Amino acid sequence: MKRYLKQYGIWLAAAVACTILPLVFNSGFAISMLSQMGIAIIFALSYNMLLGHGGMLSFGHAVFYGLGGFLAMHAINWVGDGLPLPLEILPLLGGLFAVVCGLIFGWLSTDRAGTTFALISLGIGELIAASALMLPGFFGGEEGVSANRMVETTLTGFKFGRGIEVYYLIAAWMLICVALMYLLTKTPLGRVANAVRDNPERAAFIGYNARVVRTMQYTLSAFFAGIAGGLFAITYEIITAETVGAIPSGNVLMMTYIGGVGHFFGPIMGAVLVTMMQISLAGITHAWLLYFGLLFVGMILWAPNGLAGIIMMHEPVWKAGLMSRLLRAYGVIAIPTLVLFIGVMILIEINYHLSLSVNPDEPMSLFGMTFHAQSPVAWILSIVLIAVGFFFFRKAQQVVRDSWNEVTQLMKGGA
Amino acid sequence: MLEYVLYSLLNSLVLGMLLFMLSSGLTLIFSMMGVLNFAHASFYMLGAYFGYQITTVVGFWPALFIAPILVGGIGALVERYGLRTVHKYGHVAELLFTVGLAFIIEESINLIWGRNAVTYPIPAALDFPIFTLLGSDFSAYRMFMLLTSVGMFVGLYMVLTRTRIGLIIQAALTHADGVSALGHNVPTVFMMVFGGGSALAGLAGVIGGIFLITEPAMAATLGPIVFVVIVVGGMGSLTGAFVASLLLATIQTFAVGIEYSLTDFFALFGWQVDTMGFLKDIWRIQLSHTGPILPYLFMVLMLMFRPKGLMGKRES
Repeated sequence: MKRYLKQYGIWLAAAVACTILPLVFNSGFAISMLSQMGIAIIFALSYNMLLGHGGMLSFGHAVFYGLGGFLAMHAINWVGDGLPLPLEILPLLGGLFAVVCGLIFGWLSTDRAGTTFALISLGIGELIAASALMLPGFFGGEEGVSANRMVETTLTGFKFGRGIEVYYLIAAWMLICVALMYLLTKTPLGRVANAVRDNPERAAFIGYNARVVRTMQYTLSAFFAGIAGGLFAITYEIITAETVGAIPSGNVLMMTYIGGVGHFFGPIMGAVLVTMMQISLAGITHAWLLYFGLLFVGMILWAPNGLAGIIMMHEPVWKAGLMSRLLRAYGVIAIPTLVLFIGVMILIEINYHLSLSVNPDEPMSLFGMTFHAQSPVAWILSIVLIAVGFFFFRKAQQVVRDSWNEVTQLMKGGA
Repeated sequence: MLEYVLYSLLNSLVLGMLLFMLSSGLTLIFSMMGVLNFAHASFYMLGAYFGYQITTVVGFWPALFIAPILVGGIGALVERYGLRTVHKYGHVAELLFTVGLAFIIEESINLIWGRNAVTYPIPAALDFPIFTLLGSDFSAYRMFMLLTSVGMFVGLYMVLTRTRIGLIIQAALTHADGVSALGHNVPTVFMMVFGGGSALAGLAGVIGGIFLITEPAMAATLGPIVFVVIVVGGMGSLTGAFVASLLLATIQTFAVGIEYSLTDFFALFGWQVDTMGFLKDIWRIQLSHTGPILPYLFMVLMLMFRPKGLMGKRES
C-alpha cells in the first residue's frame, strides 16, 4: 500500500488538485486562466519531447498545434451537421491529423539534427503560415474558422455551455496526456531517443537508425501538440491562421526553456508561469512582452537549466540540511536585484507612457505615485537605481558564489 | 513586356544587393562561431531607426556613417558580454540567446519609437529620376543604393583578401587554435567580426529603411529571408551568399508580376481540371500569390537535398 502510494501519490495529488482548483478559484477569469494553463502544459510537454528528450530544436512546433486545432474545429462543425461523434474525443481527431502531418514533415526534416533541423523546422513553419492565407478552404482565410461547441452528442452529458465544463474536459485530457508522455520517457523508444540526442553515431552502431527514431519521436510529439490544438479549438470556438505562425512557435519554445528542458516537470512549471504572466501582466502593463523577453534572456544567461534546474540544484543541499546558509546569501542578493529591477521598470514604464499613451503630457501613476513622465526627477531616480543596483548586484553575486562553494565543501566533507 | 523584364531585373538587383549586405555579415558570423544569429535582422532594424533618428537631427549623410558605427558597437558589446558568457552552455543556448535578444530589441524599438511606422523619407539630394527608359523613371536613390552596396561588396572583398587583418580573420574562421598559437587574440577577432557584421547590417538598415519601410516588424519580415539566402548560398560562403541574394530577389520580384495558376498551366496542354471539390484552392493559386512561400520552399528543399547549399564547403 505504502509503496503504491509513493509511486502513484503524485498523480493522485495532481488529479485532486485539478478537481479542486476551479472550485477554489471560481471566477470566470480564473477558470479561463486554468484552462489555458492546461492547454499550455500539454503543448509545452510535447515540445520538450523534441527539444529536451530528442535534442531537436524546433522553430515550427505550432504547425501541429494549429493544424490539429483547425481539423478539430472543422470536426465540431461536422458534428453539428450530424456526424455521430461525441465532442469529448474531437481533440483526438486533431491529434491524429497532426500525426499524419508529423510523419511527413518528420521524415523530411530529421535526417540531421542541430542547425539543419532547426532551419528546416523554421522553413516548414513559415511555409505553412504563408500558405494558410492561400488555402481559404481549410484555414478560413483572414477571419479563420469558427464553430459552436454546444453540440448534441456528448459522452458525459455536459452541454459545454459553461467555462467550468470545458475546464474539466481540458483537465482530463491534460492528465491523460501528461501520464502518457511520462510513460513514453520510460519506454525503449524514449530511451533510444535520448541516446540519439546525446550521440547519434553510437546509437547507429548498436543498430538504431537515428532518422527513424527521430521521426517517431517527432510524430508522437506532433500528436500531443495536435491534441492541445484541438482543446484550443473547443475552448475558443474560433481559430485563425496566426495559430500556425511564428508567434506561438516562439512562445512554446520560451515556455519550455524557462521551465527547464532537463527535467520532465520543467515544461509544466514553465507553462504555468508563462501563462500566468501572459494573462496577468498583460492586464497591468503594455510592456509585458519586454519583461518577458528580459526574463527569457536572464534565464539563458544565469539559469540555463530553467526553473526545474534551479529546484533540482537545491535538492541535495536541502537534504543535507544546509539550506539556511544559502538563504542568507540569497537574502543579500535579493535587495540589489530588487533595486535594479525597480529602476529598469520605472525607465520602461516612463518610455512606454511617452511613446504609446494617448496623451504623454498627462501625469502617469506607478506604485501609487502620480508624476509627469517628462520630469527629470523620475529619469534621474531610475538611472541612479539601475546604477546602484547593478553595482551591488555584481558584489552580491560573489557572496552567493562563496556561499555555494562553502556548502559544496561541507557536503563533500560530510559524505 | 521588355519594359517589365528590364525593370524587374533592375529592381531585383537593388533588392538583391540589399539582401547581400545583410547576409554577408550573417554568413561570416556563422562560419566563425558556428551559431546562427537570429538577432541579425534586428541589427538591421536598429540601423534603420538610428538612421532615421540621426537624419532628423543632423541630416542623412552623417547618419550614413554614424548609425552603422553605433550598431557595430552594440554588436561588439553583445558578443563580448552576452554570447561569450553563454558559449559554455552550448550551441542551443547561444542560438536561443540571439532569439531572446531579437525579442528584446523589437520590444525596445516599440518602447522608444512606438508601434507605427516612422516617416523616413528619401533625402532631398537623391529624390529625382536619374534616367528614363522605355517611358519609366529609375530613381536616383535606387542607383545610390546599388552603388553603396556594390562599394561595400568590393570593400569587404578587398579587406578579406588583400589586408593583413583579413588574412587573420580568414585563418581564424577555420583554424582558431592555430591563429591563437601564433599570438593573435582570437576572441578579439571574433568580437570585431561580430561587430563588423552588425555594422554592415546597420548600414543595410540605414539605406534599406528608406527603400522598404521603417517599422517594428521589419526585422521579423526580413529575418527569415536572410536565413534562406545563407542556406541556399551555402553557410559560410560569401560568394554563395552573393549569388543566392540575387537569385532570391529575382525570383521574388518576377513572381509578383506573373498571374498564372495551375489551371492555366494545364489548360496549355488542353487538360481541363475540375476547379471545384476538395483541392479547389490549390488549382486557383496564382503564381503571383506564391511570392511569400517560394523562398521557404526553396530553403526546405535545399536543406533536404543539398544541405551544404550552392557553394558551401561544409554542412552545418
